[in-house]
Amino acid sequence: MSMCTIPKICSVSDLTALREKLKKENKKISKDDTQQILVCFGGSCLASGAKDVRDALQDELEKAGMSDKVQLVETGCMGPCVAGPVALVGEDRTFYQSLKPEDAKDIVNSHICSGKRVERLMIADEDGKIPAPCRQDMQFFKRQTQVVLRNCGWIDPIQIADTIANDGYAALAKALTGMGPDGVVEQMKISGLRGRGGAGFPTWLKWSFAKAREADTRYVLCNADEGDPGAYMDRSLLEGDPHAIIEGMALAALAIGSNQGYVYVRAEYPLAVERLNIALDQARECGLLGDNIMGTDFCFDLEIKKGSGAFVCGEETALIASIEGKRGEPRPRPPFPAVKGLWGKPTVLNNVETYANVAAIILKGGEWYANIGTEKVREQKYLL
Amino acid sequence: MSISSCTCGQDVTETELMTRLEEVIKENKDKAGGLIPALQMAQIIFGYLPDMVVDRIAEGFNKTITEVAGVISFYSFFTRNPRGKYLVRVCLGTACYVRGGKEVLEAIKKRLEIDVGETTEDRQFSLEVGRCFGACGMAPVVMVNDETYQRVKPARINEFIAQFATDEELVLEGEEK
Ligand SMILES: Cc1cc2nc3c(=O)[nH]c(=O)nc-3n(C[C@H](O)[C@H](O)[C@H](O)COP(=O)(O)O)c2cc1C
Ligand code: FES
Repeated sequence: MSMCTIPKICSVSDLTALREKLKKENKKISKDDTQQILVCFGGSCLASGAKDVRDALQDELEKAGMSDKVQLVETGCMGPCVAGPVALVGEDRTFYQSLKPEDAKDIVNSHICSGKRVERLMIADEDGKIPAPCRQDMQFFKRQTQVVLRNCGWIDPIQIADTIANDGYAALAKALTGMGPDGVVEQMKISGLRGRGGAGFPTWLKWSFAKAREADTRYVLCNADEGDPGAYMDRSLLEGDPHAIIEGMALAALAIGSNQGYVYVRAEYPLAVERLNIALDQARECGLLGDNIMGTDFCFDLEIKKGSGAFVCGEETALIASIEGKRGEPRPRPPFPAVKGLWGKPTVLNNVETYANVAAIILKGGEWYANIGTEKVREQKYLL
Repeated sequence: MSISSCTCGQDVTETELMTRLEEVIKENKDKAGGLIPALQMAQIIFGYLPDMVVDRIAEGFNKTITEVAGVISFYSFFTRNPRGKYLVRVCLGTACYVRGGKEVLEAIKKRLEIDVGETTEDRQFSLEVGRCFGACGMAPVVMVNDETYQRVKPARINEFIAQFATDEELVLEGEEK
């Protein structure tokens, strides 16, 4: 599955051409009446049996002779994990919940073949009566503005083509050609993005500290230790849209002048590690990581460091000690990592969700991002 | 690659395991920060980190045994004792705790007749307590090796355990109870 099905991208125009091509192909699919079934393959849904549901759907589609017309997509977490396994079916995105393999028959025969929704699998609305059939009608989804989650639950996280068709790596291309490092930091400043790891420190400021230090080497790190009980935003992002984290980190690296990054993932998240690994391989194969990215002189690569079970490693200095192969014990600051971090070099460390915002900001502009939110809090936060 | 799955107890000789350890050491010893990945790999190879392995790693990395032991003891995923084929980790994070994680743990303890941190005599199961696995929507959650199991019910622990027991005797035992 890790095989990259797309050609090597040697320039920004290669990426643009590929994106246009992939987008057109997708359009052709809907014109030919090909429908989609999005099956949630998030960690929660997998644990409640999503794989068997997917296999059953595939079987039924084949039996009904619909397997070329209906595209089955395995997506990351859609959000309502408690109702899992869940799926979105057809053009209107009918939401089905608590699925069992036995339900596949009804979904294919009734919904796909005869256009009749399967009511018993739909969610009841607030007064518990009429089912709210479609995604856009549901209270749960209606109030969401998806920036961080722009692809999560929509695309197959381990198909880089899906990412590229949805503007993946377009922000990196934009930064590499027009904006340059200063332009990236400037847009981050305008956006007002603050760290999502807890302390809420302005991201652009952290980046400019590391950038300003004289050094031969700088590092970018991603904190995916997610230690707070009950929190799984970072897990959902890593599992559902790993390329967004890679692109965000690449943009940070470009901004501060770094060639090497590490993602520190806690040991409890094997699926996140697996998907991120696949995504990294794909990005390398396509030339979106490594030397001379998109034909420019920007070189950047990423490595995963797995945690070994220690809550305190979510703290930045402890995390750095752990990557260095030591006991993950925090040390007093200053010096801050931006000045003296990994192996004593200037280091930017941000949270998973922080990085997941970056590409959207660079692509659409800091101004656009700054205008999201309420009067008082002009920001986006991923809540569970 | 997984930290918890172990290849111990299979028909592999100690010499073969040590050869694999040497490869791991060679691969990591000159890498900055290579000690922890080497320990993680060693634990996969041996299932745990016996003295012999720790000594060899310390030597290979040119570190003192105390230093290596210090790193091992810091991280809860490393173990100096042999572990079972199945590492059962019961989540006692906030969400799982309030939804009965404790009862699940008690039931598993009773069924396997071991305490937390111990391994069954037949080396099939080890029991640990986990911190949040990030699957709170489906609490209480149990992880067995790398797989997550949701809404585990204390009353149905025998069935739960029986699905892993490849040993016929264990399966029968599980059904009877
Ligand atoms: C005990 C402790 C645990 C922490 N755990 C995490 C964590 O799990 N994830 C995280 O991103 N930040 C955690 N932090 C905050 C980090 O030290 C750091 O501030 C943050 O990752 C910086 O990223 P940001 O600027 O994008 O928020 C923790 C801090 C402390 C003191
Ligand atoms: S994992 Fe499927 S909705 Fe979250």
